[in-house]
Amino acid sequence: MNLYVCIKRVPDTEMKVKLKADNSGVDLAGVKTILSPYDEFAVEEALRVKEKNAGSTVTAITAGPAEAIEVLRTALAMGCDNAIHIELADGSDSNMAAKAIAECLKKEAPADLIYFGKEAIDDGAAMVPQMVAARMGIPSVTIVTGIEYSGATIKCKREIEGGSSETVEVTLPTVIAASKGLNEPRYATLPNIMKAKKKEVKAIKASDLGVAASDQKVKLSNFQMPPPKAAGKKIEGDAAAQAKALVQLLHTEAKVV
Amino acid sequence: MAKVLVFIEQRDGKAKKASYEILSAAAAAASNETHAVVVGDGVAGLAKEIGTYGAATVHVVENAALKLYSCEAYSKAVKAAIDAVKPDIFLASHSPMGKDFVPAVAALCDAGLVTDCTSVTFEGAKLKLKRPMYSGKAICDATIVAAGIQMATVRANSLGAPKMDAAKTATVQNVAVDLGGMKTKILEIVKGNSSRPDVTEAGIVISGGRSLKSAENFKMLEDMADVLGAAVGASRAAVDAGYRPHRDQVGQTGKVVSPSLYIATGISGAIQHLAGMRTSKIIVAINNDPNAPIFQVADYSIVGDLFQIIPALTAEFKKLKEST
Repeated sequence: MNLYVCIKRVPDTEMKVKLKADNSGVDLAGVKTILSPYDEFAVEEALRVKEKNAGSTVTAITAGPAEAIEVLRTALAMGCDNAIHIELADGSDSNMAAKAIAECLKKEAPADLIYFGKEAIDDGAAMVPQMVAARMGIPSVTIVTGIEYSGATIKCKREIEGGSSETVEVTLPTVIAASKGLNEPRYATLPNIMKAKKKEVKAIKASDLGVAASDQKVKLSNFQMPPPKAAGKKIEGDAAAQAKALVQLLHTEAKVV
Repeated sequence: MAKVLVFIEQRDGKAKKASYEILSAAAAAASNETHAVVVGDGVAGLAKEIGTYGAATVHVVENAALKLYSCEAYSKAVKAAIDAVKPDIFLASHSPMGKDFVPAVAALCDAGLVTDCTSVTFEGAKLKLKRPMYSGKAICDATIVAAGIQMATVRANSLGAPKMDAAKTATVQNVAVDLGGMKTKILEIVKGNSSRPDVTEAGIVISGGRSLKSAENFKMLEDMADVLGAAVGASRAAVDAGYRPHRDQVGQTGKVVSPSLYIATGISGAIQHLAGMRTSKIIVAINNDPNAPIFQVADYSIVGDLFQIIPALTAEFKKLKEST
């Protein structure tokens, strides 16, 4: 099987945000970066399918600036066979990333399964997987927490609203967007990390995939910190008095109950 | 004049409040010609209700293949409606359904899309949007610079309460769609074992952290939630400890919520949790550690033993509900 996993390099979740002086974005200088957490489930799932299907290959793909290559090293260290770095300038939007990935996939060996994390934790846009699928004319199943594989079709369990879930049967090829619960991602071993550093990464320019500056549909600007909260009220007394006072305040002052 | 098309989400023939919130806001802008689209099987009866929330025209896409939601079928159905209406702007709720299929529609229409907007203003034919980045650690303006349809999904509870006017009526238009050769099939829907709303949609969210000490102790929060019609959320620490499923997790690696009231119990307030709930209108923090970072974003703070305060609070809420 030809398995692909599309991943993204993002700032660590513990990052404290500092804005650039001109408010054009967030200052990421010196910030620790990681493989986006949901992408780990995607990589792990692709590797497990490969291990059960002899002759399969897993190719990791990322679209981003030069530093994005770091997450490909992580994916290779976890066990991916190949890696493709689509060189896409910082500040490109989801549409450019989706177009680049879709065009790249159309040129590679025909995909059976294309895995993504359900969203990258930097912009949280949660749109590239479905956009890649739509551009390729194949289905997508998102927020997937379990998959049963059986030949040309798979059964995916996915979360829907209100704590409900559904089982979706889908014919391959398909895009899968993985959520927590799908599997337990493995840790890369030290020897594999060392080996991954020497593996070849195929570089493709986004422009060679037909992605132009005019494909940018969305621009982000005027970054601000969330408005600071006014100092809150501290409610004193014993538990019964505190509860009574709080409910009164929520009812008469805040008017939310 | 902007032609705005709003997607009205329904399950089992019942429309979602979050969709009406968007429809009301679109209809309230005088420069808009407001249309709505509803998709399903046997949903034409909803058109009357949709009209009362301000749609001048309701476009109905009905097909047996649309009885149960799938991204593949719904994205094609909504694309058909867009082709028929030719709107300047398309809006939908950033609900589990909206966030799933709208990106596919944007790709099919080659349109610009901004997801999870917390502010939407109509400036003539141009949309002015704000969205959080890094799950709310920062916020920015988003501008759709490409020509063509401007698309956005909107976070629930961001645009104010829906406004209904029983005297308003809408024209109904049917839209046909060919849904042969679908590659996805919904085999089964397993309803959550609670009648509580999803954390992302609820007007009130009550969350617990690791200090609740066990999955069983979340029953205290469920009791309070049932008095208030609220959802129960959890911190990453509580989810990692196995007290709650991941779908209830609030934070940067869980769900981002913006209810009118967020009650955090036994949650210290790690930066990644604050990112997921700080846009809530009113925040109550209950914690035994007076230095917990959660108190810095709280409107009302209670330092004390949550095992005493939560039951007392539930009793007070019950009294209030019985008296009003």
